[in-house]
Amino acid sequence: MALAPQPTQQGGARAARSPTVPPGDQKRLLIDLLLTGLIASAIFGPIVGMSATAPQGGLVLQYRWGTVFWLVAAVVIGRLLLHLFVWNRPDWVKPIHVKRLGAGLVAIGTLALLLGLFVFDAPWFDAVGIFGLIAGAWFYISSSNETAAERGAPSPLAHAIEPLGKYLGIALLLIAIALPFIPGVDRRIVDLAILMLTYVMLGWGLNIVVGLAGLLDLGYVAFYAVGAYAYALLSTIYFPLWFGDGITPWAFWLVLPLAGLLAACWGLILGFPVLRLRGDYLAIVTLAFGEIIRIILINWYDFTGGPNGISDIPRPSFFGIPFTNDENGFAATFGLAYSPLQRIIFLYYVILVLALITNFVTLRLRKLPIGRAWEALREDEIACRSLGINTTNTKLTAFAIGAMFGGFAGSFFATRQGFVSPESFVFMESAIILAIVVLGGLGSQIGVVVAAIAVIGAFELFRELDFLKAIMPEGFDPTQYRMLAVGIAMVLIMRWRPRGLVTKRDPSIYLKEKKAVSADLVAQGHG
Amino acid sequence: MEYFLEQLINGITLGSIYGLIAIGYTMVYGIIGMINFAHGDIFMIGAMISLIAILAIGLTASASFALLLLALILVLAIAMILASAFNWTVERVAYKPLRGSFRLAPLISAIGMSIVLQEFARIAQGGRPKPMQPLLSGGFELMHRTTEAGEFIVRISTIQIIIIVTTLALMALFTALITRTSLGRAQRSCEQDMKMASLLGIDVNKTISITFIMGASLAAVAGLMFFLRYGVIDFYIGFLAGVKAFTAAVLGGIGSIPGAMLGGLVIGLIEVFWSAYFSVEYKDVAAFAMLAVVLIFLPQGLLGKPEVEKV
Repeated sequence: MALAPQPTQQGGARAARSPTVPPGDQKRLLIDLLLTGLIASAIFGPIVGMSATAPQGGLVLQYRWGTVFWLVAAVVIGRLLLHLFVWNRPDWVKPIHVKRLGAGLVAIGTLALLLGLFVFDAPWFDAVGIFGLIAGAWFYISSSNETAAERGAPSPLAHAIEPLGKYLGIALLLIAIALPFIPGVDRRIVDLAILMLTYVMLGWGLNIVVGLAGLLDLGYVAFYAVGAYAYALLSTIYFPLWFGDGITPWAFWLVLPLAGLLAACWGLILGFPVLRLRGDYLAIVTLAFGEIIRIILINWYDFTGGPNGISDIPRPSFFGIPFTNDENGFAATFGLAYSPLQRIIFLYYVILVLALITNFVTLRLRKLPIGRAWEALREDEIACRSLGINTTNTKLTAFAIGAMFGGFAGSFFATRQGFVSPESFVFMESAIILAIVVLGGLGSQIGVVVAAIAVIGAFELFRELDFLKAIMPEGFDPTQYRMLAVGIAMVLIMRWRPRGLVTKRDPSIYLKEKKAVSADLVAQGHG
Repeated sequence: MEYFLEQLINGITLGSIYGLIAIGYTMVYGIIGMINFAHGDIFMIGAMISLIAILAIGLTASASFALLLLALILVLAIAMILASAFNWTVERVAYKPLRGSFRLAPLISAIGMSIVLQEFARIAQGGRPKPMQPLLSGGFELMHRTTEAGEFIVRISTIQIIIIVTTLALMALFTALITRTSLGRAQRSCEQDMKMASLLGIDVNKTISITFIMGASLAAVAGLMFFLRYGVIDFYIGFLAGVKAFTAAVLGGIGSIPGAMLGGLVIGLIEVFWSAYFSVEYKDVAAFAMLAVVLIFLPQGLLGKPEVEKV
């Protein structure tokens, strides 16, 4: 359980083994475990053990001491295991052994999970798979930190993935292009892929702001909302008003650039006042801005439709040809049999192209002076200023360009859903996008893809976790635990691998030779 | 005039609650220079625990006033201790291992922790708002005037008196703690230079832990007060209250405890007067806009010292 008190790790990865209790000291170990149990009961006791519910109006307490007992027991036993096998590991067990064990567990876990999901209908396969994956990942990551510290290498996982990176990217791209035509792929999978790609695009957009320029933006969803509402309002009300109904099939393609532009303007408006702020102030102001946009969307009833949102947003057309089942429709025009899947596949390719444009622009910008200035700004703002970089313009462009891609994604979201409401643009959405960027490694393009697939895939997976329903008491719903898992993952990633799972920390442009700047060496606490 | 006075009292009450939360932000920021994003959720946890403790004791409005007050003090003690346990654990799990990591790491970890606490409360206690009959009713009439337009009454309720008195008492206690005791001296020295303080024999880790515990106790007090005053809580109250209290801390000058209280009062007054004279819907927008305005024109806050950036 993540809530157990852990020993300190002063100095980052180097002190991964720092026992609070010396080996063989039974008495202190017992005291330590007792204290752990006490604190765990303080945390789980009242909130989990006594649930205030209102079955008939008034609040009544429902007691669940059994759950508390199991949670506390899990924490205490977990800490005991950590004491015995992690912090006081026998000397003959080298980190490399743990690493291999981790890799093996991950492999077994993946295999069991895949078998459990697709071949056998046995919940126990899923259970073994999930626990194997989690435990394996933990062993692997924590021990690769140690082996790296022994060898003095900066980031082992990135080292392993980097040569693969190019091929991984090409492979993913090929799979992405061919996906709708792979046999066995049904509507559900294409829908899921669209969702993943939307988050990949949002992640790439936010990556410009957070990963490249190092400005923590907690209100990114506001730009997504601006894009979505821009398309919703223009296509349902204003375009028919200005240009007549004939414009509707073209609305998406006309509004898309406008939505991006509008979002970019909002990025500038927001960016302008907050430029002088330090990183964490900026985070809170952007968060406040995101909330302001949402509150306005809820309350400006005449314009935005309030909490009810806007419905009947036109669906996209194939450059003017609608996806309908008549002679003017897409199927009839191209001599195909009509199928509702055609529209979904078209949407899939739209978001794929949009996401790839985002990626391409980012990769090119990183080679331009402005991109290099972003990376320099991320590393040291004071040094940047003393070297004559205009930090104001640098930050503003990062904000505006990041916002623009958020706006594009928002337009796409509106046309895909056919309905927008303020509910889609809450802070949690920003947090999920941020989690994707953080998990993928701040500044890494391929990392964002991997993380988006992992996070959105895991969200889907929570629906399939039948084994949990089998072993847990009645009424247990795994989907309730999705955001909890996101939160725990964010904390754990920051502890184990602050630069993300797939780290790309090297500057894009370098003088004479590539010098790896380890995360440990980068200035701490400076702008 | 009467309306104004009434709103003034409401504003001071709300401002006291914000101020109590803001102290937690400002103390933590003063010492380790990070925004404890999960602090608002500690406030929510404090309110939840208060509610549960009140239900567990079986407290109802029918008890006599003295008994009620005594029981509330007990509830307050429970909430303070348990909320402290939460914040201590949060610090140990999510912030301590990241000390010395890169700049954004603790903040991202804090956001993760905030989500964890919120979801923990939501899963364990359900997502519905939890309303409760007011425990303390009654109050005093400060002004009573009859004119042609009708009767005007300015009232201050018992709860409001309790909130204001408790806040004042806690402020005095904490100011004394920070300025007079060795613990406060250790905290102030850590604030100035953590490395130097540890060289001089101050247990920096312990001091930071105690700071988190103090912040959580005050947030728990604010949680109980909020619950008593508004009578309804849910798992999400920590988010808005947290952002507003942070605004208060920035407005007062981050790192300054009297500043946090002053900032809390200003934010509370702005919010109440905005809803009273302009629109209730946009009261949060007013508070958030205030944050941006303060940061642009007065980055060091009302009572803070200007921050000198060293290379």
